[in-house]
Amino acid sequence: MSVKTPSKLEKILSEGHLAVTSECGPPRGSDPEVITKKAELIKDHVDAINITDNQTSVTRMCSLAACIRLKMMGLEPVLQMVTRDRNRIALQSDILGAASFDIHNILCLSGDHQSFGDCAQGQNVHDIDSMQLIQTVRYMRDEKKFLGGDEINRPPQMFVGAAANPFADPFEIRVPRLAKKVAAGVEFIQTQCIYNLDKFEEWMKGVRDRGLHEKVYILAGLTPMKSVGMARYMKNRVPGMDVPDEVVQRLGDTPKEKQPEEGIKICIESIERLKQVEGVAGFHIMAIEWEEMVPEIVEKGGLYPRPKVN
Amino acid sequence: MIVADKKPVEEIIEYLKNHKNILILGCNECVTVCEAGGQKEVQVLASALRMNALKEGKDVKIDEITLERQCDHEYLEEIRDVIDQYDAVVSLACGVGIQFTAEQYPSIMVYPGVNTCFMGATEKRGVWTERCQGCGQCILAITGSVCPVTRCAKRLFNGPCGGSTKGKCEINPDIDCAWQLIVDRMKALDKLDQFEKLCPIKDWSTDRAGGPRKVVREDVQQ
Repeated sequence: MSVKTPSKLEKILSEGHLAVTSECGPPRGSDPEVITKKAELIKDHVDAINITDNQTSVTRMCSLAACIRLKMMGLEPVLQMVTRDRNRIALQSDILGAASFDIHNILCLSGDHQSFGDCAQGQNVHDIDSMQLIQTVRYMRDEKKFLGGDEINRPPQMFVGAAANPFADPFEIRVPRLAKKVAAGVEFIQTQCIYNLDKFEEWMKGVRDRGLHEKVYILAGLTPMKSVGMARYMKNRVPGMDVPDEVVQRLGDTPKEKQPEEGIKICIESIERLKQVEGVAGFHIMAIEWEEMVPEIVEKGGLYPRPKVN
Repeated sequence: MIVADKKPVEEIIEYLKNHKNILILGCNECVTVCEAGGQKEVQVLASALRMNALKEGKDVKIDEITLERQCDHEYLEEIRDVIDQYDAVVSLACGVGIQFTAEQYPSIMVYPGVNTCFMGATEKRGVWTERCQGCGQCILAITGSVCPVTRCAKRLFNGPCGGSTKGKCEINPDIDCAWQLIVDRMKALDKLDQFEKLCPIKDWSTDRAGGPRKVVREDVQQ
């Protein structure tokens, strides 16, 4: 796949390296150091850092401002953008705002429903969906035009990503849904957290059967478990999450104080296994409020040092 | 039909606290079917208001009328001769009927007696569910006759989000995932290949977004 943007992430993937991305959740306040400190912890071990966009619909510092903080540190942000809170005017406007700071990666999402967050009584927008946001960014970048048809002066140069959840229902359309995102113009995918590796591999087989792995870079999503409590919560309470009983049991059989260590071990084992899966182009490590563990995971997962690209 | 739900009687009592001559005005259409604003509900509300007046020692006249419809001038005319007897109307019609009644009788206060909820259908007695949001550009032809605008909590046009679990929506396990329904139906119709066709960005100008809407049909105007 030829390089179309100045994105460092795109360059690393195009050179055939296994990419490593991670993410930072912005604070529930305006202290910029929350972001810069998290970024400091992981910056030497990842190629790009996602900034989440009001994840789980809890109001936080905006993704764009936090991405600018990363840019100011000389790092490579991935701007997450959900269609829940902005109409097509605001989406295009924020894309241009990000482009003005040379933010070169975007992740197009629909976003968690607002009923999960702190503004459950609020409206949602959903003027366009995540698939259409992919099309929008590609249109702005490649055609150099607004959705309304007018020319964009200095269009965005963004490497366009999206999420995929191989574990949600109905399973039979999960590969077709990826194919649809590819047709919409997506260039990289970060998957939902993988705990059921068998099912992920089944999905990847479907992806390969259609040759989709040659059209889009797939980064396998991983979140280390801190405790058996977290595993149970993810299994039972988080929609679209597939945590097999063996994982819960393995953590449950581990003494409480050793559970975080075991969680990291599971994560590293997953990396080792997923490296063997054809079509996996890298890893997206979402260590939720546990960013300090990312370096260890990356090192023990054999993904360190990170490649240098110009 | 338009589905409405009863308002708490305390809320209605609060509206009416300074009124002495009150007309409870029912509607014989949708709100009768959904048992929120027909003749029966008019009787129940009027009785509750009378009892409350009695309890508070107030001398209040409360009358009951149920019209065929409140969204038609013709039927609203039926109360023209009596309306002057009242200083307040509680309309148990949907929001359309309430407003149309108020437009016909500008000098009298018209209060809502129901909460108008949605356009829906009767699943079974006592259970009504939403089917249409009147977006003005029907896409049911490409979504297996299941509306994602109405029935997907994120109104996604191109497939289910990552929260679809065992056929249910991530926001509530009692709500079907619209896209599960769409996929099931497309499969039953042997049209699942249509799923991969990208649904273009929607023109919402015919929706609420475009401002108050109007349908003008010159062919049926007299």
